[in-house]
Order: sequence, then C-alpha cells, then structure tokens
Amino acid sequence: MNQFERAQGIVAPLDRANVDTDLIIPKQFLKSIKRTGFGVNLFDELRYLDEGYPGQDCTNRPLNPDFVLNQPRYQGASVLLTRRNFGCGSSREHAPWALEDFGFRVVIAPSFADIFYNNAFKNGLLLVTLPEETIDRLFAEVEANEGYRLDVDLENQRVTTPSGEILEFEVDAFRKHCLLNGLDDIGITLQDEDAIRVFEAKHRVARPWLFSDSAQA
Amino acid sequence: MAGQTLYDKLWSQHLVKERDDGTALIYIDRQLLHEVTSPQAFEGLRLAGRKPWRLDANLATPDHNVPTTLKERAEGNAGIKDPVSLIQVQTLDDNCVEFGIEEFKINDPRQGIVHVVGPEQGATLPGMTVVCGDSHTATHGAFAALAHGIGTSEVEHVLATQCLLAQKMKNMQVRVEGELGVGVTAKDAVLAIIGRIGTAGGTGYAIEFAGSAIQGLSMEGRMTVCNMAIEAGARVGLIAVDDTTIEYLAERPFAPTSDQWQAAVADWRELVSDDGAEFDKVVVLEAAEIEPQVSWGTSPEMVTGISGEVPDPAAQTDDTLRSGYTRALQYMGLAPKQKITDIRLDKVFIGSCTNSRIEDLREAAKVARGKKVADSIKLAMVVPGSGLVKRMAEAEGLDRIFTEAGFEWREPGCSMCLAMNADKLGAGEHCASTSNRNFEGRQGYGGRTHLVSPAMAAAAAIAGHFVDVRTLEEA
Ligand code: SF4
Repeated sequence: MNQFERAQGIVAPLDRANVDTDLIIPKQFLKSIKRTGFGVNLFDELRYLDEGYPGQDCTNRPLNPDFVLNQPRYQGASVLLTRRNFGCGSSREHAPWALEDFGFRVVIAPSFADIFYNNAFKNGLLLVTLPEETIDRLFAEVEANEGYRLDVDLENQRVTTPSGEILEFEVDAFRKHCLLNGLDDIGITLQDEDAIRVFEAKHRVARPWLFSDSAQA
Repeated sequence: MAGQTLYDKLWSQHLVKERDDGTALIYIDRQLLHEVTSPQAFEGLRLAGRKPWRLDANLATPDHNVPTTLKERAEGNAGIKDPVSLIQVQTLDDNCVEFGIEEFKINDPRQGIVHVVGPEQGATLPGMTVVCGDSHTATHGAFAALAHGIGTSEVEHVLATQCLLAQKMKNMQVRVEGELGVGVTAKDAVLAIIGRIGTAGGTGYAIEFAGSAIQGLSMEGRMTVCNMAIEAGARVGLIAVDDTTIEYLAERPFAPTSDQWQAAVADWRELVSDDGAEFDKVVVLEAAEIEPQVSWGTSPEMVTGISGEVPDPAAQTDDTLRSGYTRALQYMGLAPKQKITDIRLDKVFIGSCTNSRIEDLREAAKVARGKKVADSIKLAMVVPGSGLVKRMAEAEGLDRIFTEAGFEWREPGCSMCLAMNADKLGAGEHCASTSNRNFEGRQGYGGRTHLVSPAMAAAAAIAGHFVDVRTLEEA
C-alpha cells in the first residue's frame, strides 16, 4: 500500500454534495482488470463534453471549460475539497484508484460514505473529515485566493491553511498506523493466523452447515 | 443487561479478535464473486504467492458484463461483442479454474445476478456473514445474514484470510407498521424510507427493518428492501428470521439437510432482536401512508409519491440541497412543480438485483396481461435475475404475457441497471426502471432514470407516462 505522511498542495473545490462513485469513475471504465490508468477518466462525464470509452486516447477530447478540474488555476491540485456524503453508491475501488491516479492525495469533506472510506484508506488516499462550517469557510478561501494550498499532516492530524490557521482532524489509530507505514492489511491479519484457525474450528463445531465439506448426517 | 439486537448477535458470533484501536477481525462464511471487482484481487493473491484460505466459502458468477439477447448468449463467452467485457468475464473463468473456486458460468442455468443467485441456491443462509465486491450485498440481510459490500482490496483480504477488518456499526431500527395498500410494494416502502432518512441517513449504521408491514413481505420483497439499504447509506440491512425465511430455504441446493437442517433451524430461530434491545436510532413509518413511489432526481432520496409533483428548488432553504435540486432538475429535464404523471417515458427496464425475482415478474405481468406497450416507448425490456427465475417464469407463461404486450424477454444479467453491457439509455431518454440507482449516467450517458416498482414500470410502459397502478386495478 502507498505510504502517506504529509501532503502540501493546491486545493480544487468540487462544490457538490452526494458525489457518487458512478460520477467519480463511470462504469464503462470498470472493465479494466488493472488497478492503474483510471486517472484520465476521473469524473469523466463532468470533465469532458463527449462520452468516454475505455482504452481511448483522451488528449483530443473536448473538455468542459466549466468543470473545476479543467480550470487553469487548479492544475496540479492534490487536495480535493468537497461536500457531504462524498463517495456514496457502489463499492468500486476504482473510485480511489482514479482519484490517486489523477494526482489527489487527500480529500476533505464534512462526511464520506462508508465503503468508499474503507477503500480510500486501503489505497493510501487520506480522507479528512471537518465540520460543515469549516468546509464552507475553506470553499470561500479557495475561491478567493488563486494558488490556495493546504498542508495536510497525518502524523499530527492537522491541516494548516496559508494564513497559518490549524485545523485538527480525527482519524482512527489503526488506519493512521497503516497509512503512515504503508502496511498491507493482509500481512497484518495473517499474523493472527492461529487465532483465526482456533475460531474456525469452534465455528465449525457449532454450525457445521456453514462448511460444505462437513459431512452431513 | 439490555437485550441484544440481531446485528449484535451476528457480530459477536463472528468476532475472531478485537483490537485495542477499535477495529476487529470478523470471520466470513460466504464470499460471492463477480467479474468486475475480482480480477485485481486475484492478481494480488498471485503476486503475493497466496492461496484462498477456504475454497468452499466462495461462489462466483459473471453478471455485469453478460449480454442479454438470446442470440448472443447462445454463443457463450464468444457472444460478448465488447472485447474489454469479454476479457473481464474470461478472466473470472480463468481465475476460478486456477484457484479452484466454484463458478456458474455464463450459460449455466444457475447463472444470474450474484444477489439473486446466492439466496436462490441457499448459498446465503441465516446467521452467515456474507460479503461480495458489490454494494448491493446488503440484499442478503433479508435472511438475517450479516451481509455487506466490500472493495476489491477487501475481496483479496477475505480470499487470503477468510476474515475482514471491520468496525462495529451502530444499530438503527426502521419499522414500517400496518399494512401496505393494494398496489403498494416492498420497493415503494424502501423508496419511501430512503426519501425519509436520506441517502446518508444510514451511514455508520446497520439497519434492521421491522414492523408488521415488513414481516408481511415475502422473501423476494424483503430482499428488495434490504437491497436498497445501501441507498440510504447503510452497508447492512437486516430482517429477523421467521417462518417465511425458513420455508424459503428448505431444500435449496446449498442448504443443510436432515439432522443438520433441524439443528440449523433451531439456531436460526434465535436470530431476532431480543425484547428490550436498544437501538441507537429508531424510525417509524406508517404503511398506510405510503403510496407508489417514483424518483424524480439523480439520487434515490429524490423521490415522491405518484400523486406528487417535482419539487421547486427555490422553496429549499438549505443551500446545498437547493443547488443539488437545481442541478438534478436540469439533468433530468424536468420543470419545478411538474406532475409526476406528466413525465413521459422513452424506455422501461424491469430487472436488476432489486426487482428481477419471480414475484417481481409476476407483479409486472399482472399489469401487462392483455395490454400493449405504448407506441411512444422505444424499448421495454424484462430481464430475469437468474436462469432459474427465467425458467420458472416461462413455465408460468409470464414470458408470453410480456412478449405479447410488446416487451422484450431477455437472458439473465445486470443489464441496463448499470449498462456495462449493450443495454443502455441514450442521452436525454427517460426510463422507468426497477433498479436501485438513478445517478447521472448510470443507465447510459445522459440517461434519465426514474426508480419505481415492477408494477409501476409495467403500467408506465403501457401508458407511455407514469400512472398510479392503484387506479388501473380498480378499473
Ligand atoms: S443488478 Fe445492478 S445493482 Fe445489482 S449487482 Fe448488478 S449492477 Fe449492481
């Protein structure tokens, strides 16, 4: 998994609530059997004026000039600022893959959908939850100041604004530990292999019908 | 001590280990796999030199990319015209062979949408933990199974360890009390629930659906309700075990038999929330107040009754809500205060893991019998959820009712629910759909989805616009 300690970067504001995973990466791109290459199709239906299809060269497609990521001032953004319930809808991990592949390292919002939240952390994409009022204020600051950047420090759980204001955020200890160290969940779980075997043996005795290889009476 | 909720019981029955940081390892009894979210997981196993922990816990079937016309399906995988889709389905086949996982292949009569296949086979049982790389895994909660959607990294994690890293959710109870009116279905109930609590209302919760209206539903109806728990933000939807659950499971191919069946049933009877169990949140709806629902916007919470109208964004006081409504109306091509019954349709889709089971098809057929699809409808299609549902429907003559009315009768798969295969909406087209998501572009680029029940979809196909099925039944 990708490691994450700190990111400093331009902030792109996506002023919209309930951004669903179909919007983040439309289904036609889920046909890939790889984990990479989704960045060019991130927000495909918002970003381009035509319909995209997988495997296409996107360099000559007509861009939607109104879409935030196409505006010159937000080029190179690595922090996405958005509204509540970001990432709702399907379980597709292609959503965080696409955000990362595009260059985002952090998404800041008042709330995130559950499955997306898990998927993002498993891929080294940091999600920062801040109160709605703070988000409102950040939107106003980003729009007022071209080149607005935030400094996001996971170790200390702080976001620092250009004026030096410090915004603290919560993140659970296990996820933080994995992200800071780039740890692979499977490796960690397999350290508990014995505990799993013990549980499994008991479970099999208590509920043999859950194991199709347990002989039926 | 306060009683336990159904969710609490399922959680503690599967708890392998709790960590100090609040995360836990829970044991997974069943993993369902399909072609879209599994290739990268198998690839991960291969790269790390790992093997699946327990083969018999896994069951696979392709569903998202499979074509639904008879001609294409007759050719098996070769009938998949899109080369990228073909690779994905082929990759699932290859991975199942390589790792030794049971798969119902494209033309196996048992193939279908994973969430239809699992329960139909008895591969979903009460008291199980069930996962799938698909958010609608919540469906299986209708059997009092702790079931939720996971991402691809988690699919790999479950394959490799038979466990999932999880955090305990909070408990919510949603009760629908009383009796649903004639012509009002499980789909209407769940849309009304989502309209009430919103698409993020269930975030962080496991929702247990209860109350007399829920208990009165068949297993098909219960699956429809739990299926859409995720549309209310909850990864998990649950319904307690009762006679309906047990009767449904008897003699299913993967269900226990003889002595084990008796022991299992005794165990399953415990899968109910105890009297006095405490929920963190309780929501109550009166069944009698629910009318047939139609979604008008681009999120499942943007829904209203058939006698209602499209809301006026200007009347919304919350800024985010107002701009969301404005954008939705623009995308949907609807005017504020337009009557729902004035929305004209171009296509009709009856199918998806929400509403493609036998009971759904029967309800739609009841409305379509002896009628004709309106000339203005370009395509009305019925896509059964599995090969077995299709056979059963054909044995009952439902296919004839549909085709005589002018519907296309298709082969099983996800089809136009998310349009990964050739079945899709054109830009600007309005569709009455029995699926679960009306997100922008979901059913095709620029397509406009309205979520409804099977009976409402069939009635809309015949009228060419939305109508209240209850008025048809009186006529
Ligand atoms: S029918 Fe639709 S919602 Fe259900 S699994 Fe298939 S694509 Fe997903």
